[in-house]
Amino acid sequence: MSLSPSALLSVRDLKKTFGSEVVLDGISFEVPVHTATVFIGASGSGKSTLLRALNLLEQVDDGVIELDGEEITAVDIDPDQVRRKLGMVFQAFNLFPHMSVLENITLSPIKVHGLTRDEANERALSLLERFGLREKADQYPDRLSGGQQQRVAIIRALARNPRLLLLDEITSALDPVLVNEVLLTVRELKEEGMTMVIATHEMGFAKQVADQLCYLHGGKIVESGRASDVIDRPKEPETQEFLARVHSAGRL
Amino acid sequence: MTSPISDSENWQPSELERRRRAERQRKTQKNVLIAGISSVLVLGTFSIILVNSPGWISLRDTFFKWAYGVEVLPKVILGFTTNITLTLIAGSSVALLGLLLALVRTSRSPALTPFRFLATIYVDVFRGIPMILVILLIGFGIPALQIPGVTNEVLILGTIAVIITYTAYVAEVLRSGILTVHPSQRAAARSLGLSHFQTLRHVVLPQAIKRVTPPLLNDLVALIKDTGLISILGVTDAVRAAQIQTAKSFNYTPYVMAALLFLAVTIPLTRYTDRILRRSMERQNAQGLT
Ligand SMILES: Nc1ncnc2c1ncn2[C@@H]1O[C@H](COP(=O)(O)OP(=O)(O)OP(=O)(O)O)[C@@H](O)[C@H]1O
Ligand SMILES: [Mg+2]
Repeated sequence: MSLSPSALLSVRDLKKTFGSEVVLDGISFEVPVHTATVFIGASGSGKSTLLRALNLLEQVDDGVIELDGEEITAVDIDPDQVRRKLGMVFQAFNLFPHMSVLENITLSPIKVHGLTRDEANERALSLLERFGLREKADQYPDRLSGGQQQRVAIIRALARNPRLLLLDEITSALDPVLVNEVLLTVRELKEEGMTMVIATHEMGFAKQVADQLCYLHGGKIVESGRASDVIDRPKEPETQEFLARVHSAGRL
Repeated sequence: MTSPISDSENWQPSELERRRRAERQRKTQKNVLIAGISSVLVLGTFSIILVNSPGWISLRDTFFKWAYGVEVLPKVILGFTTNITLTLIAGSSVALLGLLLALVRTSRSPALTPFRFLATIYVDVFRGIPMILVILLIGFGIPALQIPGVTNEVLILGTIAVIITYTAYVAEVLRSGILTVHPSQRAAARSLGLSHFQTLRHVVLPQAIKRVTPPLLNDLVALIKDTGLISILGVTDAVRAAQIQTAKSFNYTPYVMAALLFLAVTIPLTRYTDRILRRSMERQNAQGLT
């Protein structure tokens, strides 16, 4: 199997187990540059595990991940070098509580990417400005609302100019109004051509941003394709059942 | 997007809120008054009982003879500078070595396995031996070996003994602090491309050290006091200086003077660190009544 020339990320036959539990059981997909791939699936279906594996925070048990044509699952790979190209936003924000918003954002550009403090600050402040958080630059994360914290987490990932952005259920800790705020942010990024892999429970959002939608069930991608096709005309019985349940829960 | 409330400057508290504030103020005043009256009553009663008890005069003359105290104070202070110097030298060495030891014990690098093993033994041993034994063993034992090139200076040997013991305590405190920083913080830092060492330096250690500052301060205060133990080696510190005076006069006021000197350092230190800690908490944490 050879990867198509425009694929930024290519995953083949990925397996991950925790003890006797098989969480990922042969996952394969490709993410072309400037596109968004969205994963949906029940809680515990392995979405977070997959994203953590892509970021090398989880050691996979089998399969290959290629980023920019380089096999990052190789044994002798330097994870720090790989992560320079990736941005990750966590479900629970994971901001550093002992640093101000600005320090959270500039830590990696200064320490990892070698920017001067002035350059890093300038870039961080312009991003904060853009997301309406300019006046929060010197606050500590605990003093921000959930939506603001999540946007800071997104900015922190963006400030490093990642080639690929990994977003893990970035709205699940937020109320509906804040969800919209954050989702608008992601849609803007998508329009600017950011390549993304997203895990979410928000079907409406999935439909809006996904170029490719994958339904994860039993450790496998049961169905994938255009978002409108998978959500409105699911072919597989598992997908139909999952979407029916989501529907009855009022999340569609 | 957030927009500041436009007329926040001209906002006036409502009638209800103003009444509540007045009420709170009255309550505070009343509490202060009660605390004052109760303190005067209790302390006053104690002092009256103490001063009127039969042994009071001789107690005062043996322990609190102020004129004599002031007379010997310069000598005790001179001795006390040894305690302070020792605290500064031992304190900074202990901080450095303790941190090193804690990092070795919490690292997962296979190359460090023998060091991890040795560090564990070191901590187990020196945390479990009374410090006075370590001081005696090193202060008197090393000179007895008569190794050429090794110092016989008891002050240096005593300092080394203090450093050895306290490094074991502090390493354990720091290690427990490092272990309490949640793994998600490491995950976030590594995702940002920070190396293992950078993650420790910028994310894990600042949080760990903040959390263990109270126990570390506790160790610092204990260290200041325990520098007095090297007087058994014959070093003229505050304790020894006071002892020399007492031996001459059979009056215990010099000891009380030495005690006051120790308090003069440890109490402000405790208050100061408390304040620093509280301020950094206030800056970082969400506000609220919790
Ligand atoms: N470190 C771990 N050790 C053991 N089991 C784990 C670990 N991490 C995840 N799992 C298990 O792997 C499975 C998938 O978890 P994962 O967090 O990837 O699910 P998810 O799809 O992100 O769910 P959610 O939508 O609730 O966030 C779960 O059954 C979970 O219990
Ligand atoms: Mg998850």
